[in-house]
Parts: sequence; structure tokens; C-alpha cells
Amino acid sequence: MTRLFTKLGAWGAVLPLLGYCAIALGFPVWAILWEGLHQTNPTTQQTTVTFANLTASWHGIYLTGLLTSLRLSLLSSVISAVVGLFAAYAISQSRGRYFKQAVLTASGVLANFGGIPLAFCFIATIGTGGVFLSWIQNVWPSFSLETFSGVALVYPYFLVPLMVLTTLPALDGLREQWKEASANLGGTSRQYWRHVGGPLLLPAALGGFVLCFGSAFAAYATAKALTSGTVPLVTTQIANILSGNVIAGEDNLGMALAFNTIIICGLMMAVYLPLRKRSAKWLES
Amino acid sequence: MSVIASAPAQDAAGTRGVSLELSGLHRSFGATHALAGFDLALAPGELVAMLGPSGCGKTTALRIVAGFDRPDLGAVSLDGVDLTPLPANKRDMGMVFQSYSLFPHLTAGQNVGYGPRLRKVSAAERDRQAEELLELVGMAGMAGRYPHQLSGGQQQRVALARALAVRPKVLLLDEPLSALDAKVRLQLRDEIRRIQQEFGITTLFVTHDQEEALSMADRVAVMRAGKLEQCAAPAELYDRPATAFVAQFVGTMNHLPGQVVGAAKVRVADRELPVDGACPAEGTEVNVLLRPESLDLEPAAEASAAGRPGEGQVMLATFLGATTRLTVRLGDGTEAKADLPSHRAVEFPVGSAVRLAPAPRPVLVVERG
Repeated sequence: MTRLFTKLGAWGAVLPLLGYCAIALGFPVWAILWEGLHQTNPTTQQTTVTFANLTASWHGIYLTGLLTSLRLSLLSSVISAVVGLFAAYAISQSRGRYFKQAVLTASGVLANFGGIPLAFCFIATIGTGGVFLSWIQNVWPSFSLETFSGVALVYPYFLVPLMVLTTLPALDGLREQWKEASANLGGTSRQYWRHVGGPLLLPAALGGFVLCFGSAFAAYATAKALTSGTVPLVTTQIANILSGNVIAGEDNLGMALAFNTIIICGLMMAVYLPLRKRSAKWLES
Repeated sequence: MSVIASAPAQDAAGTRGVSLELSGLHRSFGATHALAGFDLALAPGELVAMLGPSGCGKTTALRIVAGFDRPDLGAVSLDGVDLTPLPANKRDMGMVFQSYSLFPHLTAGQNVGYGPRLRKVSAAERDRQAEELLELVGMAGMAGRYPHQLSGGQQQRVALARALAVRPKVLLLDEPLSALDAKVRLQLRDEIRRIQQEFGITTLFVTHDQEEALSMADRVAVMRAGKLEQCAAPAELYDRPATAFVAQFVGTMNHLPGQVVGAAKVRVADRELPVDGACPAEGTEVNVLLRPESLDLEPAAEASAAGRPGEGQVMLATFLGATTRLTVRLGDGTEAKADLPSHRAVEFPVGSAVRLAPAPRPVLVVERG
């Protein structure tokens, strides 16, 4: 009986959170799916179930937008994963507790520093003309902040801290004694990373990469502010459709595009969560 | 060929393993001198336990032998060959860590096979060796289990098998039993000793547990402040401690007030006993070091319970099985512990007046400061 009350109490405690998730996440997802699968005839005002919106979201400019979003997310998350992993390793090796805390706090802030403020910072620093831009264009003549490459350069600014945040616990979880045990058994440093450190870190690193990918894919304001929609990305296309910038009355197509985004982000989480669980099981045991 | 048979071959003297020598080791961490001229020599096939209080440098010494740390001065040699410049992975030593340190993503079998894998041993041979070694440490049929599926004792058995799989010249044990519960500790203690003797492998064992050191080791090296105090067989260490520190550190020791009364003679508890080792000048006030088992008790008259030297009152009786430890408070406030056979201890209930009767054996004395 006591156990039943304890159980009920525990569920009671999480009820507000579950309610919030249902309203803030569950309901919008349901609404997007519902509207993406329906079409209202403007003449008769009759609503019918249809796959036309979803089919349209996989063709033409929307397919281009989807592919560009995937390409941009892949490129920026690969850069961020590599840079972030090395940065996290360097931080994990630091003996300064306060330095580590400061970097972690800064990463937490910077990982959320996207959108208009970030775009403004880059525009103010690099912009369309100036010393920095000319330096960059000396080695990369076609570079411009308003292009695909410009966005790919800006995204790592918030993705690298995200990678640091997700991989640092795993790096901290690598015990010095595993390295020593490997050396004691005859292993070189390379063999340790190949057979022990690398495999132990892989789930966390992959998880971090997947999270960066999802974050880059779902980013909107930064790209919009930098490119004004000249680079076709799913998120900017959704905004254009919902605000009636292209053709009025295509809201349901926008919902279908949003649904695609949810599916991709959901897939990313489906990959990330088991990886994180596995990493935690190894490194916290 | 079995794993045991392929262990280091016996030499002409019938011993296996190698000799290990630590000479003049110095190691400082900032202002702290972890080792200050530490010397120790292990004969082939010998198990030596390094025992000492926290911070005495025993783990530092072990890490230097393993190659995880470098001495500021001094050398480590195997069979006379200086190992000091060699990195850890070139030393052919097997180490068992306090916290198991099994690789969590590998099964027990893969953990045991890790060393042979680095040595390019075929997968089939590795599996066979792993099975054999796991059987040796009492883990038969558990090769497929992951560390998180094993208990602490089982993990430490796998760690031992992993260390043995590389056929090390020296086995290093860094407090391997301290994280285990009492029952498993006792069991594993015997098994480590059995396997060590079976392999005849030279073994250096760090522990802070006296009982563990005395029961497992061929010799025990007692350390203090980065130096060796005494290295001797357990019985010798217990019965004939070389210094007052060893006498106090190993086992329980009574410090009874006494006075030097002649050439190498001391008066304690109204008796004269011969002094072993250094003896201060006649008339010097000293503390006489006596083991509880070297103290007998006699009944005393109630009236003199707090007055005459060596007389006092039983304050506490602790039943230890075959023996009972009686704590006696003497007239000057000193407490003495006497271990008596339990059937005799009942003659001295708590509160009774007693007289200490030290066994007429040579004793160690230290000047009273």
C-alpha cells in the first residue's frame, strides 16, 4: 500500500511537467500532422484528408530546400563535432577546476546564442566589406556571409559549445586507470585510443554530432537574418509559406514541411538517446 | 599447453620469476617527499607486501615500478637490468588496480584477451587462454559477461586473470581487496596467494591492511615517510620489530611505564625483564612495548587495585572467539590490553582487581618523552 502511494506520489510530481510537454510539444506536433494531412478547398471550404501536401514537400524547390538543409547541417555539424571534440578533450585535461566550470558555463550560454544576435555579431564583424572580409577573401575569394558557406561558418559558433557540452561528461568519465591498465598490458597511446578510449567515447561523440546536426537543421533565425532567404532552407521555406510570402493559402504545405523537420529531428533523437544511454552505462559504471 | 605450464619457466634453483630491486628511490611532489631513499629487493617468486600508513609512499613506489611515474633519483631493476628509462608498456608487468579498472565496453573474456590481442595472438588462441585463465580465477563460463554484470569480487578476479594473461615478469597488486566486502576479501586473498604460488611469479603487493599483509606475504615491508622501516617475514616482523614504529604499527601493542634497572634490564609491572635491542642508561624512564598475548593477569587484592605498579581494574572484556581481550586500567591511568584464552578470561570479570604478569621474554623499550 505504501509503495502504491509512493508510486502515485512520484507520478503526481511529474504530472505538471507531463502536462506542459503535452501542451507545448504534443499539441503542436498533433496540429502540424493534422493540418499537413488535410486540405481545405477555398471555394467550397470543404476539408479533406490528403497526402498532396506531403508529396509536394518532397518535390521541386522544397526538395532543394530539404537537401540544402541536410547539406548545411551535415557540413556544419561535422566541423563542429571535430572542433568541439578536440576542444572538450583539451578542457577535460585541464587541472583548473574553476577554468573548467567557467568554460562549461560559457558553453551553456554560447550553445544558446543563435538567431538574430549571432547573425548581427557576424555581420558587424565581417559584414559585406572590411578588413576581416578581405582577409578571408584572400584565401577564399567566393566567401560571403550571405551564402551557404557564410551560414556554414556561423553555425559552428553555437554548435561547437553544444558539442563540448555533450561530450565533456564522457571525456571526464574516461578513467586514467584504463589508460594505465592498457599501458601495463603493453599498449601504446595509439592502441589505447583505438581499442579503449575511442570505442568508449564513440557513442558520446556520435550523440553529440547527431545533436549538432538536429540543432543545425532546425535553426532558422540565424540563416534568415544572414541570407534573407536567398539560401533555400526548410526552416526559411516554412516561415515564408506560413507568413504568406510566396502564395497565400498554402499553410498546410508549410505544416507538411514542418512535419518533415519533426521527422528528421525525431530520427536524430532516436539515434542520440540510445547512444547516450550506452555511453552513460559504460562511463558511469 | 596450459597457461600455467607456459608461465615463466623454472630456473636451476627451482624458482620461477625474476628478482626485482628498488634502490635509492626518491620522489617529491612539490614540497612533499613521497619517497626519500626507498630500497627494497624481492627474490624470484617472492610475494612482498608494502605496508604503511596513508601517505607513506607505498603506492608511489608501486607506480614507479609499473612505469606510471618516474623517480627523481634511484632505479628499478629486474634481474639486474635497469628498467627505469623504460615506459610502462615495455616493462612486462601485470597490475591489478584497487578499482578493478576493467574496460567497460569489453566482456570478461575480451578484457583478459586484451594484452594477448596487442601481442597479435590469434583470436582463437586468445579465447582459449581467456577461458583457461578465467577458470583459474574461478570465473569459468563467465567470459561473455560485461563488467557491469559482475560483482566487485568477480571483477577483481577478471582483473587478475587479465594481468596474468600477458605472462608478466612481475605482478603488481595495488590494494586489490580494499574495495571488496569482508567475506569476498578473505576468499580472494587465499586465491591470489594460491595463484601467485602456482605461477611462482614475483609479486609486489600494496596494502594498508596489516592482516592482509601478514597473512599473504612472504615478507612485509613496513614503510614510513617514504623510507623502509623494516622488511621481514610476518612472524619476525610481529615478534621482533626492528623499530618502535614497526612495533606500534603492526598488531596491537601495549605501552607500559617502566624503568631501566641495569644492563639491558627493565622493571615493568613489578617485574624485571630483559631488553631486546637498544637500551637507555640505567634509571631512565621508558615505555615498555608488550603484545596483548604477552600479558597474563593474576588476581589482585581489592584494596591495592589502584596503588601498586602493574595493578588495576578490568574495564572491558571483548570476546574474540578462542581468546578474550581484557582491557585493564592501571593506577596511573594507563590502559593495558591482555589476550587470555576465553575459558580463563571468565576468571576476571569486568570490575575485578588484577595484576599484570608480563611473560618473561625480551621486550622493546622506548624512552618516555
